[in-house]
Amino acid sequence: MSENYISRVVNSNEETKHENVAWKESLNSQRGLTVIPIEVSNLKKYYGDIKAVDGISFTVNEGEVFGLLGPNGAGKTTTIEILEGLRERDSGDAKVLGFDPWKNGYDLHKRIGVIPQQFSFFDKTTPREAIIYYADLFGVKVDPDEILREVLLEDSAKNRFENLSGGQKQKMGLALSLVSQPELLFLDEPTTGLDPTARRAIWDVIQKLKAKGRTIILTTHYLDEAQHLSDRVAIVNQGHIVAMGTSDEIIEQFGSGERLEIHGDEKLAQYIRSNTDLVVDYDQNTRFVSVPLIKKIDALAALAAAEQSGVEWGEIRTRRDSLEDVFIKLVRGAVDESGNVTTGEKTQTQDNKSSNGRKK
Amino acid sequence: MSSAKRTLADLKVFGKGYVRNGAALFFGIIFPVILIALFGAIFAGSGSGQVTVYVQNKDAGIQFPVQMNVGNEFVQAINGTLPNGTRVSGTWPLDVPTLVDPTANFTKYLADHSASDGIIIPADFSANFLSGKQENVTVFGNPTSSTNGIIIGTVEGVATSFNLNYFQQKYNDTTPAIISISTATVNTQQTKYIDFLIPGLIGFAILVSPMFAMVNITSEYKKIKLFKQLSLTPLHKMEWLASKVIWYIILSIISLILLVAVGIFAFGAHITLTPWLIPFLILGPMMFSSLGMLVGTIAKSVESASVLGNIITFPMMFLSGTFFPLSTMPQYLQNFAHVLPLFYIVEGLNNVMVYGNISAGLIDIGVTAIITAVFFVAAAKLFKWRED
Repeated sequence: MSENYISRVVNSNEETKHENVAWKESLNSQRGLTVIPIEVSNLKKYYGDIKAVDGISFTVNEGEVFGLLGPNGAGKTTTIEILEGLRERDSGDAKVLGFDPWKNGYDLHKRIGVIPQQFSFFDKTTPREAIIYYADLFGVKVDPDEILREVLLEDSAKNRFENLSGGQKQKMGLALSLVSQPELLFLDEPTTGLDPTARRAIWDVIQKLKAKGRTIILTTHYLDEAQHLSDRVAIVNQGHIVAMGTSDEIIEQFGSGERLEIHGDEKLAQYIRSNTDLVVDYDQNTRFVSVPLIKKIDALAALAAAEQSGVEWGEIRTRRDSLEDVFIKLVRGAVDESGNVTTGEKTQTQDNKSSNGRKK
Repeated sequence: MSSAKRTLADLKVFGKGYVRNGAALFFGIIFPVILIALFGAIFAGSGSGQVTVYVQNKDAGIQFPVQMNVGNEFVQAINGTLPNGTRVSGTWPLDVPTLVDPTANFTKYLADHSASDGIIIPADFSANFLSGKQENVTVFGNPTSSTNGIIIGTVEGVATSFNLNYFQQKYNDTTPAIISISTATVNTQQTKYIDFLIPGLIGFAILVSPMFAMVNITSEYKKIKLFKQLSLTPLHKMEWLASKVIWYIILSIISLILLVAVGIFAFGAHITLTPWLIPFLILGPMMFSSLGMLVGTIAKSVESASVLGNIITFPMMFLSGTFFPLSTMPQYLQNFAHVLPLFYIVEGLNNVMVYGNISAGLIDIGVTAIITAVFFVAAAKLFKWRED
């Protein structure tokens, strides 16, 4: 939180850390006591037969960056819009800064900052004018240039919205979400459709905000984005949270652990499967036989079987599941650039979590 | 009051954006002025009411006892020129350009000049007139054209006056004509086309700017989720609507000033600026901002909003008496005009600006207020910041 552009805070030249503390204290004194920024339990929203959100529960703690990760149509935006007070929930509980977001939306909106998906604004308005407009609406005094600096948009301060690039538009959205000095930021797919450079620039801004102790909830279908920015991630699929925790926790819980991979054909996989008690998977695309290693010694058994098979085999390697592997496993398919699930070869599904262990 | 502050903030941003938008500025402000200049100029020409008529005077005249050409005098009379050389004051219906050569083929001459109205005065016109012999003046014309009747009427009048003159001289009679005409003008009869055009085009401006803009804005902002964005600020949707209404009231006032100025200074229009204009300048933009917002809200897409908007706007634009007085239209169209909301605004503006008929204007104000209230309430109810 950059305090010096807000009139009600005085000490402007202190270091960020000190500001941060001062900000938190001022917040706490405003509220009287610390409120958990977001509490959601068993949230549901149906559109006819479509269960957009089907029983989602999570908590976002103060100062935390929480990522909702999932493919398009998973229910991320519906969830976040319910929390922003833009949509009414069908059932379940949602508290944002202690408010019911639908019933107390008007009060809530004064205390949160939001960038909706694909931020849009009046074509003929410049970022600087937009910030002044928002300050007038919120009834706060701000230094527009300070905010523009914070989101790295000083150079385009006087360009009309219609002439801004995609990245600059998103930065302008960020700038506007900061005008009201919000305690909580909602970023709905902040980098979707941007080129890698613009994405990095947005990440920098978000990380700066994070460093200043803002509580942020963001949705994304980019794994690297979720991993890079979030303290904790919830993987959302078909209206459910299928995994939640830090990246490491999720990999630990849902990943396959270490496994041996041998490059070869399907015959090799069949041979190893029938001549050992190991669980063997085969990926048609990469032509890798995959053997989970419960004990290190399992690798030896697999290699011995391969040698015995008489079938030709090539490269061998051991690897662990990345967050991406887990994600693909959990949403049953990879996610392409625009966030759609590509229903490719389903080598592993959520059901064979048992592949962690041995054959029964 | 913070509500007024927010409305003002929104008005500032919206107004700036509007001024930066060339197309909006053109259609909102410049276009009505172009229309008044255009229509004003077109109808100013025929506004004098004079009909051009070609005359071929074949009359040879007489040489004795004095040199005399009665045909020439007849032409002068047709042209409304008095014996002293000046023209009749007021508006004379006919105008005779240079006389056609007596030897020319007259019908060919008319065809060459794309004209159908002409008069031939025969060769022995003077001789026969002075000796009291019957003589014929031939009037050419297209019987379906309104100018034909004007020419025949005028020529008959001139002929009668010549006949009377002949008999007065013959019998040395000094009795003046028994029936003569004196003219007087009644105030309302003085109105010219330009006088109708000014209130009509003010109505046009009141309709077009807010209607097209609001249809577009409402559907477009819905599509790009800008309303959602605004709903996350303390701005209330009624404040947003109020700022639009205020903006279009300002535009209407600017249009009024420009149209009245052009009308009066360029075309000599006779209209009255009265405080009774104010209700129309406030209610009109409010009515069409609401209607435009209603259309944009109901329509599923930007495209269908635009189609629906046009279906509503165009009949209103042409059939509410904006460009032409309704009285020139067939009865069924005049009846139809009464269901068009703009009709009451244009009629009301005519009543207060042109006829000075305030009591009739009050009825129009009343009807306009009721329609405005209906549209406004419907728009405010149906229009939603956020979804459910």
